[in-house]
Amino acid sequence: MKTVKIIVDGVSQTVSAEDPAMPLLYALRDDLGHTNPRFGCGLAQCGACTVLLDGTPVRSCVLPAIAAEGKHVTTLDGLGTQAHPHPVQAAFVEEQAMQCGYCVNGWIMTGAALVRNGKKPTQEQIREACSSLVCRCGAQLAMIRAIDRAAQGAL
Amino acid sequence: MKHGRGAFLAGGAAALAIVAGLDGFRAVALAADAALEPDARLATWLVVGRDGIVDAFTGKVEIGMGVITGLTQIVADELDVPISHVRMTQGDTARTPDQGGVGGSTSTQLGANPLRNAAAEARRVLVAAAAERLQVPVDRLAVTDGIVFDTERPTVSVAYGALVDAFATPPKMTASGEGFRQNIVGAAKPKARAAYRLVGKPIARLDVPGKVFGPARFAGDVRVPGMVHARVVRPPSVGARPLAIDEKALSAHGDARVVRVGDLLAVVASREWHAVAGARDLVVRWSAPSTQFPAQADLGAAMWAMPVAQSDKPIERGDVAAASAGATIVEASYVWPFQAHATMGPGCAVADVRPGKVTLWCGVQKPYALREGIADLLAIPQETIRVVFVPDAGSYGRGGFDDVAADAVLLSRAVGKPVRVQWMRSDMTMWGPKAPAIVGRLCGAVAEGKMTTLDLTLRGFNGGEISSHPDSAGNFLAGQLAGHANDKPRVEFSVYGKNSGAYEVAALRASAELVAPLAPMVSPLRTTHMRDPEGPGTTFIVESFVDELAAAAKADPIAFRIAHLKDQRAIDVLTKAGASGDWIAGPAASAGKRTGIVTGRGVAFATRGDSMVATVAHVSVDTRTGAVSVTRLTCAHDCGSIVNPRSLVGTIEANLIQSMSRSLYEEVTFRGGSVTSKDWVTYPVVRTRDLPKRVDVVLVDRPTLPPYGAGEPSSRPTAAAIANAIFDATGSRVRTAPFTKANVLAALRA
Repeated sequence: MKTVKIIVDGVSQTVSAEDPAMPLLYALRDDLGHTNPRFGCGLAQCGACTVLLDGTPVRSCVLPAIAAEGKHVTTLDGLGTQAHPHPVQAAFVEEQAMQCGYCVNGWIMTGAALVRNGKKPTQEQIREACSSLVCRCGAQLAMIRAIDRAAQGAL
Repeated sequence: MKHGRGAFLAGGAAALAIVAGLDGFRAVALAADAALEPDARLATWLVVGRDGIVDAFTGKVEIGMGVITGLTQIVADELDVPISHVRMTQGDTARTPDQGGVGGSTSTQLGANPLRNAAAEARRVLVAAAAERLQVPVDRLAVTDGIVFDTERPTVSVAYGALVDAFATPPKMTASGEGFRQNIVGAAKPKARAAYRLVGKPIARLDVPGKVFGPARFAGDVRVPGMVHARVVRPPSVGARPLAIDEKALSAHGDARVVRVGDLLAVVASREWHAVAGARDLVVRWSAPSTQFPAQADLGAAMWAMPVAQSDKPIERGDVAAASAGATIVEASYVWPFQAHATMGPGCAVADVRPGKVTLWCGVQKPYALREGIADLLAIPQETIRVVFVPDAGSYGRGGFDDVAADAVLLSRAVGKPVRVQWMRSDMTMWGPKAPAIVGRLCGAVAEGKMTTLDLTLRGFNGGEISSHPDSAGNFLAGQLAGHANDKPRVEFSVYGKNSGAYEVAALRASAELVAPLAPMVSPLRTTHMRDPEGPGTTFIVESFVDELAAAAKADPIAFRIAHLKDQRAIDVLTKAGASGDWIAGPAASAGKRTGIVTGRGVAFATRGDSMVATVAHVSVDTRTGAVSVTRLTCAHDCGSIVNPRSLVGTIEANLIQSMSRSLYEEVTFRGGSVTSKDWVTYPVVRTRDLPKRVDVVLVDRPTLPPYGAGEPSSRPTAAAIANAIFDATGSRVRTAPFTKANVLAALRA
């Protein structure tokens, strides 16, 4: 049986991928129990399933698991902890940036990529970059404020 | 009282206490009150442990607005314990009271009452026990952080946890009411607002860290041993039935197999992806649609052409003919489309159906009602069913979460294993129940700058066709697919003047009518509650029309509204929205018709229950393309006394953005017998590049009033505020929502 080796949050994992079309999301959630990438649409339209693949945000609901072979996948769990939060996570807590929180994974992962390596996107750039994400509850303004706060290093 | 809770709790003997093994000890406490109805027992609501931890039980559930945090603040304040000492259990038919689940923006206004009273009573009896233990009069005792102490000798103290064993007989309380109005009252009087330390403060939501750092679990994350995965296979059109199923393609997908319950089709597999791929590849030949929907573009005309299925008793005040005599008459008609909950998570439930015992994990708003419905669907006693609420995506009413739960129980019973059903995006957007389309015909009269009559008819699909109370088999799509008729709809009109603010006019006539569902069974356009059932649609229609009357009177839209209102709270929200929204006084569209990129401001006002809201919108309109940009929203919000200003602002801001999205973009599309809105492309919602540059929420705190609802009121006025701003900018009225380029261009050319 074809297997794929993926390094998830720093831990090397092997998952079966006999169907090369199987998206990474199912390997992460169903096989490995990483539930923070969430199923929102399965169509790369909403971003709830976002993970970082070697640091770049990808939609795990459409990216085949085999495309992650040998690569580093970062999920929300691997981003930071309450004791050592990623700046974007700290900013989301500070701004209370959510309603239901189902989409938050995608916004935090996307935000983390936006501020990586000390990048300081403008509010305008953040709004543009996050336009590929959906929040159905209407908490977008708070999430934009949080990413902006992290970008400005205000934490 | 509600039935069956005791079935999950063992019996025993005495106390107000628990430490470990909560249900065991709690059962002891509950049993001590065996003579009382379960809901009149303190331990039903609240248990203080020997470790000082307070376990509180609520039938309310967290759907993303911070309700559970607010309830925790109230319990902690009444008991004088830190928030961290309160542990809340929500929405579990085996462990919590019913309280009707959540709905109607009532969770804080009504749903907090029993916990507040239970906590006050617990504090009263604990302090009385401390007085006896310490030999100090009650009025000399105070409580901080769960420690009762003598105010004259603070070192003389005892912790709550050390007192709980003193209660052989817990205090007697009296239960009253059902559903949202369920309450319990003891001898203690809750604190006055001024005595609260936590209520009214901007406490951080308790559920936020778990969702930011990952340990939080949603309904889709539930896993139970032996569980298999399922994907449903929905028909392509209304009432279509599977005629032939070709399973050949499933052989490529592990152990995937078809499971059929009536016309409910699903693919079940051990691995989730096999279920997904199998459902995708399954070849089904379907029968023709049971009906053809009207043409999308003619929905309004089609609704007026349909026979009236049911009429509400009109609200009539004054003599319309007499009050209109000699006045300027204005007439208009409006259309509000079908809209979809389109929840962010498309719906997931895990069911474990065994003989004599059913467990169901899901994110529904009304777990007890769901239990009734599942009992009907499975034809088993509801006492054998446990529904456990697990947070899911924001639901905004009776979306599809109840339906996916029904899918799960039918499939689990069919395969004899626990089944996790995860809906795909189209299962929710295309096949979830819908908010009803509403049309309005209005006639008003203006004389000497005042509106003298308001005569309106609102006609809609039934907001209760799929009851928000999912208590029967036919309520569920799976139930209908399995052959159960929808025999318990409720009758819910889109009505003005009952659950919404009415202006003072010489004559008012407000009629409401329902048209029959477009198809009685298995329809992707079946209708139900969606955030503030009729509010956004009716408020769009009526507040746009009031704006037309203000324009006819050549009056400033805010001043015109205030001139017809008596309630100072209503006047205050309008005044504050104007002041904070940089409102420049004067009639709307004073420049007449304008072209190019033009700007304008509009206002709308609404009440919901006892809450009052006014919103000012600033827009920019490109009259060449019809593109509308909402540049600014200002909302003044009065929901009585405020429990948590921080989570309240978050909820209002989100209401504004969601309702702006509904106003500008959202419309369920359909063609032939099919709904063609199935994903985020075919059912677009607002994206960040289109958000207003500025949104201001002005809270009006009324410490002398009770807390009123805030989950929905601010979703009401947004559409009319935007439409009125478009009028101010362009001189043209957009009377059909959403305000897409096409609808705006049509209005500009009218």
